[in-house]
Amino acid sequence: MKKVLALLLVLVMALTFVACDGNKDTEPTDAPSGGTDYSDVKVGVVHIGDPADGSGYSFAHDQGIVAMQKNLGLKDDQIVRQLNIADNDKAATKTAIEDCIAKGCTIIFTTSYGYMDTTEELAKEYPDVIFSHGTGYKSNDKNFNNYFGRIYQARYLAGIAAGLKSVSGKIGYVAAYGTELAETCSGINAFALGVQSVNPDAKVYVKTLNSWFDPANETAFAEALIEMGCDVIAQHCDTANPQKAAESKGVFGCGYNSDMTAEAPKAHLTAPIWNWGVYYTAAVKAAAEGKWAEFGNYFAGVKEGFVDVSPLSENCAENTQKYIDAVKALYNEGSWDVFSGVKLSFDDNGAVVKTDADLVDNTGKVQVAAGGASIEDGVIQGTMNYFVAGVELK
Amino acid sequence: MNAIVNFLFYSVRAGTPLLLGTTGEIISEKSGSMNLGVEGMMAVGAITGYYLGCKTNSVLVALLVAFLSAALCGLVFAFLTTTLQANQNVTGLAMTTFGVGVYTLIGRSLTQSGEFPAMDSANKLVAFSKDTGIPLLRDIPILGKLLFSYNYFVYLAIIIAVLLWVYIAKTKQGLRLRAVGENPGAADACGVNITLYKYLHAIGGAGICGIGGLYMALVTNGGAWNESWINGFGWISVALVIFASWSPMVAIFGSCFFGIFNALQAWKGNLTDAFPNALGWLSVLPNEFYQMLPFLITALVLIISSVRQKKHSKAPAYVGVNYFREDR
Repeated sequence: MKKVLALLLVLVMALTFVACDGNKDTEPTDAPSGGTDYSDVKVGVVHIGDPADGSGYSFAHDQGIVAMQKNLGLKDDQIVRQLNIADNDKAATKTAIEDCIAKGCTIIFTTSYGYMDTTEELAKEYPDVIFSHGTGYKSNDKNFNNYFGRIYQARYLAGIAAGLKSVSGKIGYVAAYGTELAETCSGINAFALGVQSVNPDAKVYVKTLNSWFDPANETAFAEALIEMGCDVIAQHCDTANPQKAAESKGVFGCGYNSDMTAEAPKAHLTAPIWNWGVYYTAAVKAAAEGKWAEFGNYFAGVKEGFVDVSPLSENCAENTQKYIDAVKALYNEGSWDVFSGVKLSFDDNGAVVKTDADLVDNTGKVQVAAGGASIEDGVIQGTMNYFVAGVELK
Repeated sequence: MNAIVNFLFYSVRAGTPLLLGTTGEIISEKSGSMNLGVEGMMAVGAITGYYLGCKTNSVLVALLVAFLSAALCGLVFAFLTTTLQANQNVTGLAMTTFGVGVYTLIGRSLTQSGEFPAMDSANKLVAFSKDTGIPLLRDIPILGKLLFSYNYFVYLAIIIAVLLWVYIAKTKQGLRLRAVGENPGAADACGVNITLYKYLHAIGGAGICGIGGLYMALVTNGGAWNESWINGFGWISVALVIFASWSPMVAIFGSCFFGIFNALQAWKGNLTDAFPNALGWLSVLPNEFYQMLPFLITALVLIISSVRQKKHSKAPAYVGVNYFREDR
């Protein structure tokens, strides 16, 4: 009896070893095995918040995950979600990611900036798992990439809507941060250039919260901007409070992250939005097909459908749709970008007119020479740190 | 001039929840109960009052529910500290954790099930929390804006504060209340029902804090759900009690004073634009400084008042100390 038991145990052990080896064999960098079999894929997602909140950052990301799941036909148990993981808490981040790995995830998305270093560490430790970090700048060329989008392209479009709507020529912008972060800085600049394309003398007044999330001040800042004479309030912060403030004061606004027309039906024009599903689908597909090695970092824009503006509300001025479509066409052709030293304006028929013009910052210094020969890509490299002319920090 | 008037206007608006929180806490502390749970009670009042107020589209229901739900927290506090003689500091802290937890739980489950009511669905609540002011009087230049153009919450808060000041300082019950806080043993000997007084004032004070929470929900956040409607205002209220030296009347000015520091980060640019020479320096200071300011001032106030207290303390002598008759 004892011998049989011992034999059994040995067998089990042997099988376990085989199983371990087997795991290694299915690593996604293998040669493609017929393309579209997703049954071995398991996706881990680390969220900073809870998508169930119904709007905001984590919600938008999770909508992307849901879209990916639908596109690729994954089952519910092929997605592992980690919710409310503070991105300044490295221990919690590590636990969350390792939990994903323990549950057999083959590709793990870490959606918030602060997860970057921990993701990098674990990518080194677990070379067989694919790690994909959003909004940061680190990557290795093996199993750890970085993804983000050219949201500034969408902000330019929102700027057009705002510029057409503004009568006072003063447009307020409630921003989480200012020039200290390329993400907020490029957003403000692109928005201002969009405004100037239709309303050349308009000024963009910026107030910075110094926080990604400060609901009470988001209202107060919007109200202070409105008192300054701003009649359109744009935002780069999480809640819809600036839009609600605009609505209660009878002015207009451009939200962010989701279509905030729901929150401020009489005020909201349009909001720059993300379609994270575009990336998640592409990434999981590449991983499953074993094409991860060529996939690399991902920075898509309007052309790929990764960023966009939400459907225009009835509050928008005449011609807004026409102008926005015209600029979108340029993005889709790939013939123009926001920070390229080529200025856009519109003729009487609503056609785009391109003019070479220096991109000048608000101290008068030329940042990009006219002509469109070079594109300022400090946005993606994280180096943009100036406001363009016409932007004033208040 | 306009910028100054607007700035002061918003300072008062920012200070109003502090006034409600402070008045509530003063009442509680006057009876010797130091309830550190203001933040939690405000949170509970905010979410329950908001939800049921929106559902019924009734200001009265919103106020009543905010008051009663926070009062319920006050009842728990009173039961634990007065009847069961639990440590007041710990109970108060627990009340903060509990209240904020309840708030998050309710708010999240409502958003998750898609049932979180939009404030626009309740036009009476919108009207009450809008800065309508008092007709005719609000049209007076400058003074009209400064005094007569707030939402009705602001006037309600001031009326509550004045009434409670009268109650504490001028009525027989107020005298007994002060006696309970100053020397419960002596009050007990005079036949004052200590337990009753402690219960009533812990409960009533908590209820007023709840209305302060409702203000944060309706006015400060405009009913947009997020997980920090109260955002530390409960804690500032606790400090304001000391700043106001336990007088609701002083609290009115104290809360406006703190409102100024809260409004400064948003308004510094407007002030700089209006007075580039005199106030230009406001824009030079970093944002972090303004974020720190309300708490820095709180710390300064606590230091200054604790130094002063050695000579002449305004605090009820038995605040924070449980009364146990057999101890005498």
